[in-house]
Amino acid sequence: MLPLIEAEGLVYVYPDGHPALQGVSLRIYRGEKIALVGPNGAGKSTLLLVLGGLLRPTAGILRVEGEDIGNGDPRRLRAKAGLVFQDPDDQLFSPTVFDDVAFGPIYQGLSEQEVRERVDQALEAVGMTWAASRVSHHLSVGEKKRVAIATVLALRPELMLLDEPTAGLDPRGRRELIRLLRGLPQTMLVATHDMRLVAELFPRVIVMDQGRIVADGPSHEILRDEALLEAHGLEPP
Amino acid sequence: MTHFHFHDPYQPLDSPVHRLDPRVKLVLALGFILTATLLPAGAWLSYALMGAAAWIGAHLSGLGIRRVLRRSMLALPFVLAALPVVFTAPGPSWLTFPLGPWLVSVRGEGVIRFLSVLLKSWLSLQIAVILVGTTAFPDLLMAMRAIGVPRFLVMTFGLMWRYLFLLVDEAIRMLRAREARSVAPEIPGRRVGGTLAWRARVTGRMVGTLFLRTLERGERIYMAMVARGYDGEVRMLSMPSLSYRDLAPLIGGLLFLLGALLLGWMF
Repeated sequence: MLPLIEAEGLVYVYPDGHPALQGVSLRIYRGEKIALVGPNGAGKSTLLLVLGGLLRPTAGILRVEGEDIGNGDPRRLRAKAGLVFQDPDDQLFSPTVFDDVAFGPIYQGLSEQEVRERVDQALEAVGMTWAASRVSHHLSVGEKKRVAIATVLALRPELMLLDEPTAGLDPRGRRELIRLLRGLPQTMLVATHDMRLVAELFPRVIVMDQGRIVADGPSHEILRDEALLEAHGLEPP
Repeated sequence: MTHFHFHDPYQPLDSPVHRLDPRVKLVLALGFILTATLLPAGAWLSYALMGAAAWIGAHLSGLGIRRVLRRSMLALPFVLAALPVVFTAPGPSWLTFPLGPWLVSVRGEGVIRFLSVLLKSWLSLQIAVILVGTTAFPDLLMAMRAIGVPRFLVMTFGLMWRYLFLLVDEAIRMLRAREARSVAPEIPGRRVGGTLAWRARVTGRMVGTLFLRTLERGERIYMAMVARGYDGEVRMLSMPSLSYRDLAPLIGGLLFLLGALLLGWMF
């Protein structure tokens, strides 16, 4: 089976010269749910931005379903991958929740009818239909996170990239978010520090440190390898 | 997490004014302000008519005349800019008194002009208060689009409104952090708080930090927009069409304003 996304030796150097990714290779197959862990500054967010087509890799090969798009149009990637940012206040920039969820579909050039259907379905999927006409400022953090996920679901991506989805949530908000993530059928790559979330939800874990992948395998093996976790500033769940 | 309820002027009530289409409200409010501006000085009858209209609107909206008057007072001090007209207008003087080495005369024509400016500004403010009190901001944005405000500007207003609250939150958190580290002297009489220049530098750095954070947020927001397909062009869904039920108040309101204007210029 062809991987949905395949990266080989991805390098990304920020304009100020800081090397965030120093040769990252990975394969993501359709239907996989993968956790991306590692200390702060390991390059997790940068990897998500590159895979989401927002940063163009400085070097390396990036294939979408076998097709090399390394030097091609990053918008091809944006069409496949939906990125949920860590801070929902960055993601929700429109006057109302409806406008925010409709933003992506409108830019996909869908008809008004289709846009409305997409919004309804996406808000339904995250249980936020009641908030469509609300102003996002007045929602709780957990509710904002769910709406942020809806804004990406409305794009119907094949791969969802999430940055710290449980950060800043209270226990109930966290539980609800985990339930939501579990129920979503999309392929997922989720950057997180929440090791209990990893144990509960993700069969596969990728550990990053200093811009490199240092481990990639089944969670039940990696989460038991205390020496590995400790070497990279992580804790077993 | 701090969550500052920035004073949103919108009052979510259910009233005939709230139910009116936001486009009709915006056009009528702008028409009202334009009419007030175009009325000549001393057209008291027209002012009274327009005041009555504003008060009926305030009452019908459920905001209450008193609240509308109170909120409209806030911007009134700016009218003082028109005060010099009392002394500079042409015409016979009512009263002359010495002010230092000068002789100052209060002129009748000037007083009339000043009072007119005062009333006209106040009326306009009342209508503006009613407009934003009965129309949610997203609806107001839609109305702006409908009357032809450029989409880019409408989007900028929208972003400003969305992030104003967040910016205030952030500033409050910073002030609180400073408070937390500002202490009373342990030994009575010891000077705390540093020199004025030092405190000014701290404040300056706080403003700078706030600016940098805003800049970074701006970049992240732009990324979030690009991730969902933003290409530099502002696209929005089309607006619902105006119903016939909203046309009557629109036409009625505009006729009333025209009447008040004509009345003001004829008498």
